[in-house]
Amino acid sequence: MTSLLAQSINLFAVVLLVLAFAMIAQRRILTLIHLFTLQGAALAAATLIVGFLTGQHHLYYSAAMTFVLKVILIPILLHRVIERLNVRWDVETLFNIPTTMLIGIVLVIFAFNLAAPIAGLSASIARGTLGIALACVLLSFLMMIVRAKAVPQVIGFLSMENGLFFAATAATSGMPMIVELGIAFDVLVGILILGVFMFQIREQFDSLDIRHLEKLKED
Amino acid sequence: MLLLDWILIVIAGWLALGLAGIAALRNTAFVARTLFPAGAALGLALAGFALAAMFDTPQTAILALGLPDLPFHLRLDGLSAFFLFVIGATGVGISVFAAGYFRQGEGTPPGLLCLEYHLFLASMAMVVLADDAYAFMVMWETMALSSFFLVTTNHRVPAIRAAGFLYLLIAHVGAIAILLCFGVLQANTGDYTFANMRAQSLPPLWASVAFLLATLGFGAKAGILPLHVWLPEAHPAAPSPVSALMSGVMLKTAIYGLLRVGFDLLGAQQWWWGVALLAVGLATALYGVVFSAVQTDMKRLLAYSSIENIGLLFVGLGLGVLFNAYGMTALSALALTAALYHVIGHAFFKSLLFLATGSVLHSTGERSLGKLGGLMRRMPWVAWLSLVGVLASSGLPPFSGFVSEWLLLQSFLFTTDLPDSFLNMLVPVLAAGIALIAALAGYTMVKFFGVIFLGQPREPKLAEAHPASPLERAGLVWLSAGCVLLGLFPVPVIGIIDRVTQLLVGGGIGATVRANGWLLLAPSSLERASYNPLAFLVVVGLAVLLAAVLVRRFYHGRLRRAPAWDCGYPAQTARMQDTAEGFGQPIRQIFEPVFRMRRELPAPFDARPVYRVTIEDHFWHWLYLPLARLTERIARVVGRLQRGRIAIYLLYSFVTLIVLLLVAKS
Repeated sequence: MTSLLAQSINLFAVVLLVLAFAMIAQRRILTLIHLFTLQGAALAAATLIVGFLTGQHHLYYSAAMTFVLKVILIPILLHRVIERLNVRWDVETLFNIPTTMLIGIVLVIFAFNLAAPIAGLSASIARGTLGIALACVLLSFLMMIVRAKAVPQVIGFLSMENGLFFAATAATSGMPMIVELGIAFDVLVGILILGVFMFQIREQFDSLDIRHLEKLKED
Repeated sequence: MLLLDWILIVIAGWLALGLAGIAALRNTAFVARTLFPAGAALGLALAGFALAAMFDTPQTAILALGLPDLPFHLRLDGLSAFFLFVIGATGVGISVFAAGYFRQGEGTPPGLLCLEYHLFLASMAMVVLADDAYAFMVMWETMALSSFFLVTTNHRVPAIRAAGFLYLLIAHVGAIAILLCFGVLQANTGDYTFANMRAQSLPPLWASVAFLLATLGFGAKAGILPLHVWLPEAHPAAPSPVSALMSGVMLKTAIYGLLRVGFDLLGAQQWWWGVALLAVGLATALYGVVFSAVQTDMKRLLAYSSIENIGLLFVGLGLGVLFNAYGMTALSALALTAALYHVIGHAFFKSLLFLATGSVLHSTGERSLGKLGGLMRRMPWVAWLSLVGVLASSGLPPFSGFVSEWLLLQSFLFTTDLPDSFLNMLVPVLAAGIALIAALAGYTMVKFFGVIFLGQPREPKLAEAHPASPLERAGLVWLSAGCVLLGLFPVPVIGIIDRVTQLLVGGGIGATVRANGWLLLAPSSLERASYNPLAFLVVVGLAVLLAAVLVRRFYHGRLRRAPAWDCGYPAQTARMQDTAEGFGQPIRQIFEPVFRMRRELPAPFDARPVYRVTIEDHFWHWLYLPLARLTERIARVVGRLQRGRIAIYLLYSFVTLIVLLLVAKS
């Protein structure tokens, strides 16, 4: 039973990675939000299992927090934003998607290569998944770079936070509770501020295309 | 309660007044008539406590302000008490004047002005109390920022914003140098309290580095060559009480810093530090006075005069270091006494003169000397009180300026005892330079006073000039009383300064001076040189009286006939008087290479002849403009990175992250 659960951590890690790739490949904002919700759910499940296996009960709280925040609250906020802004349709990317996916594969290899020595030092039960966590961070970063609209960038940002959270759980069985609380709060505030920004950008440029922000540059 | 606690209460009181100003943001009457006089009363209290502290043992305190585990250390010793006294005593006069000066519609609302003003005072007091580098830098920056906002009171004028920017820029260059200096002084111990710095003994090379950094940093605030350019811009831009506070008091905090670092924190001194200070000081003083003589804006003239006085102070400090390095304690104490005397003397007379220009400015709306004149009849109080300041500033007895310049020259005359023959040969030249500076300062002050107050009004509107308000007069009276008292009773003052020099170099001239009674001043011995200010005053008074009687008796008593043709002067008009430009013209000719001058002379047959001359500082073109161009070029190169696209900025972070991860891995 225990070994099966330990294996399931790896499964959820793989789910996270696949979802990260799916987000890079996905053009539709609505689907992006669904993918983000799924990622949050996988993250919460993985945290729960790590907490159960290691007997560290504070991880239960962080799993619950993750679930409330990333599966319920933030997706609702995002849904409301895209409804109000009326941007459910396809979004263009700066690079074409196959190229981005290829770069993503390179990043995954890089992340695994990087994580191998660190994982050797760690005594955590989920140490094998550190490479995946790092890969998720880098892939989300890549997504932020290649998207031209504001909403996918915000989702990329949130997904990067998911990767970081998973990395912390994988490497050290979670951060101290106070740090996690702080980060969760930051994410919530961040999404609110970014939401306001998105409305402001729309107001100013009649579009959410952040390329318009280039006009703000001083010559 | 300790004296230090009382002083902290005064400082807290100033802050409370500032906050009260915020509460009454636009209530000019309340701010001017209640808060500023209260600030003056606190200044008086500060001066009293500081005077008492001069005779007390050093006191320390730890304020639980600042960052966790990093409290402010404070220490009150003779040196800080002396400068606190200067701040308090000068602050009284300036605050009283400001109560009558600030009025509606000067850009910044009066309540905010009140906050900035009292914050400025409080931060200056805290600077001299600070006993660790952290507290010192925080207060130093607070001082710079509050004075920046005071300078830019009229921030709607672009020239004033530019002046404020220049001031802030140079202040920060200086602050960086001071920060680095403290970094060297703590000698890798990681403990930034002054007590620790005092305990360290640095190798000579690092000690020199620390000293040069301190000279650069504090010199930027004081306005030594070539960092003086902000002074003539910022002083005219600020309202007059602020100019007075900056020139009279703030520049002195730089002198305090140099004394603290050079004499207190650094242990052994090297003789060439003194020579460097002497050279810089002399160049600054000469440059300042020559530029001051050709100015046509009365506040710029005073600003350049402040540069000159700072130069003299540096000369005094340089001599002090030089003598101290050769172990000649008594002479070092003499030079330092001269410098400290000049600190307090300059604080009084320069504040007085700046405030007087403020009264003139308010009453006439003119700052240009070419449009003033004959104000003695319209504003007799301001004129007579400025006369005191002008005489003190020119170094004439029996006022304060004479005592300090005389002491400085005295210490120069002793320099022949130095063990280095090269220095011995150089010293007469330097002494001659000081004499030249003193003479030119006198010339400048004649121009300042003569053009503003004497002669006939150059503009018709000057006839409507109204006299200064009673509070303004009270402030001026306080400061000029200081000038007179400092001039008449040098012996008790030197007795007080003695406590400071004892602290700095372990010797003083107080005992020597007191031996001759409290009227006669003889810094080394009676045979060598002595000065009795009261006797001088009596002689001067008698001579004036005698001259007046004789003139009245023999000149006015004569039978006078008005000549028929009146020598071609049937009527004198204001345009026949010597102008500020005309008066400065000989200096412009003699020192022509010093200036960057452009002149437009009218052609012989010009129907509307125009004469225009602009005088600029060479340093702008030699140092500052090339630096500015270089900065711009670098900025353009760096600016290529700024594409304005979020994707590219993100890419920068991404690449940085990848590279860092690679580095961390290998």
